[in-house]
Amino acid sequence: MKNKEALNSFISSIFAICLGLLFGLIIIFIANPNQAVRAFSILLQGGFYRGIKSLGLVLYNSTPIMMTGLSVAFAFKCGLFNIGTPGQFIVGAFTAVFISLKCTFIPNSMLWIVAVLGAGIAGAIWAVIPGILKAFKNVNVVISCIMMNYIGMLAVIELVKSTIYNAAGAESYSVPLEKALPRLGLDKLFNGASVNIGFFIAVGLCILAYIILNKTTFGFELKACGYNPDASRYAGMSEKKCIILSMAISGFFAGVGGALTYLAGTGKTLAIVETLAPEGFNGIPVALLGFSNPLGVVASSLFISYINVGGNYMQSCNIAVEIIDIIIASIIYFSSFALVIKQIMNKRRSRKLVGGKE
Amino acid sequence: MDIIYFLFRQTLLFSIPLLVVAVGGMFSERSGVVNIALEGIMIFGAFTSIFFINIMQQNGVLSGQSLLIIALIIAALSGGLFSLLHAFASINMKADQTISGTALNLFAPALGIFIAKMVQTTQNIRFENQFRITEVPILSKIPVIGDLLFKQAYITTYLGIGILFLASFILYKTRFGLRLRASGENPQAVDAAGINVYKIRYAGVFISGLLAGLGGLIYIIPISTEYASNVSGYGFLALAVLIFGQWTPWKIGVAAFFFGFTKTIANAYSGIPFLLSLGVPNIVFKLLPYVATLLLLTFTSKNSTGPRAAGEPYDKAKR
Repeated sequence: MKNKEALNSFISSIFAICLGLLFGLIIIFIANPNQAVRAFSILLQGGFYRGIKSLGLVLYNSTPIMMTGLSVAFAFKCGLFNIGTPGQFIVGAFTAVFISLKCTFIPNSMLWIVAVLGAGIAGAIWAVIPGILKAFKNVNVVISCIMMNYIGMLAVIELVKSTIYNAAGAESYSVPLEKALPRLGLDKLFNGASVNIGFFIAVGLCILAYIILNKTTFGFELKACGYNPDASRYAGMSEKKCIILSMAISGFFAGVGGALTYLAGTGKTLAIVETLAPEGFNGIPVALLGFSNPLGVVASSLFISYINVGGNYMQSCNIAVEIIDIIIASIIYFSSFALVIKQIMNKRRSRKLVGGKE
Repeated sequence: MDIIYFLFRQTLLFSIPLLVVAVGGMFSERSGVVNIALEGIMIFGAFTSIFFINIMQQNGVLSGQSLLIIALIIAALSGGLFSLLHAFASINMKADQTISGTALNLFAPALGIFIAKMVQTTQNIRFENQFRITEVPILSKIPVIGDLLFKQAYITTYLGIGILFLASFILYKTRFGLRLRASGENPQAVDAAGINVYKIRYAGVFISGLLAGLGGLIYIIPISTEYASNVSGYGFLALAVLIFGQWTPWKIGVAAFFFGFTKTIANAYSGIPFLLSLGVPNIVFKLLPYVATLLLLTFTSKNSTGPRAAGEPYDKAKR
């Protein structure tokens, strides 16, 4: 039974992906008919277009959205819509950069671990505030998360200005390579793409989240509280505790995402601009495409990153890179039809069964 | 006194778009469809209408207030049509409404930038702001009110206030409004009374699209002369205002005005001698709109609940 369900989900995702790509192809044809076929084949080759280096880029780009996607997915599983990932992400990023630049008393080999953990805790704190407000004061999580996004973004700008400000570029200082995440020779393996241990941390955390949610009593309680608060209260679970803990864990993931992005040693800096971190919002489609399943998030973030890399190469055919977002948006749109598609498939199957009995 | 007039006008510029979009969201959510796509619909409505303004101004066909009025109609209609995508997914296809809403939010800016880049190579669409009314004849001579409302104004301000009155009337005084509210609370009862829940919900989402599209243009016109398919999160703020206003028109009005006012303080504090003399760090003013909203919510949300059936696809077979 469970396998059948999984198969149906899989088929409806494939259906959505195909429809989305088809839609993208039509748009490309309208925009630039002469080069459409070439452009589209580059898009599909995506992560293999320039060999192993492109593949490395896929892994590198998937890391931030995998973490924010995991953050959104984890909260979803617990019945909460964590739209506060941009705030948690940027607060985590600041904490990580701050620790690695200012905590010089920690040896470089240990520094990144402390920075990543610090970032996770900062993200957790940022997410736990909406959690507490929801649990004790019934404040809608969506609205408090939106407010925390802006508060986080503005506070980080102010903190960067007063602590790690590089006046020359009107941005923060970047994390130097010797303090960055270890690369373990991966950059050489991938021919110069900045792959580092961060990708594996992200995948590891996704697996950990999967185990917590599906194999532990604690995870069961979190899911139960989200699914049916009344029944869980009746069964002796504390709804308040569940809300607060699931927000904290969710925020931890987003915060770690910020650290993994800014500690990559690629010279990325915290800019002084009043826009919310796009990596945060991009976690929402990743989570949705992965059916809010932590392992699904690994797959969907790799997929999105894959066609993004393809989209960048495709710009040489005079097609704006935004086509990728159009495709992803239509895939998500079509994937929302999943329920009806599953119903149709179930109907056909049951008809077959009935036919067999006769 | 001049400072007060200035602050009031600025407040209106921030709060009117929030108000219009949040009232739009109210129609959708009261009918039972959660509309997280407000941001995307705003972006789309503003995109089509500003593109229209750009073409008209370049060719010198239309200008001034008549151009603005036609652009407003285009913004509303395109927003309404765009929102039908959300309606189809969430009503007919029984989609998770967060998913299709997110899809629209992602789709609108990507499409806008894509088209702009393809047509004119840059993603910014330029337009000339020739829509500000320096003084409304006669009305601007009224003491105080004339200065507050009828100088340096946009017709969109009056439109927004009119929409608030109209929305309240439709929601509470018409048969359609009653049915709309009922579909968001107890759709089975509506169905049992022989009314088509799907149609009511389509209408709710369509109205939210009209108003969100309109709000997109209203937001962009006064603050900029170019548009890059971006309304800086105003759709999400409108969602917050909608919840803050507890899904009722007048409370939404108050919430939008409150948010607009604190936002004005955050932007204009350096021009106000009184606030500067307090010696508070800048960041306090900048954070004011968000922190104040959070604090207010903390004290007012205890019994806040949305429409009971919002977010659930209506299934006739369910009891």
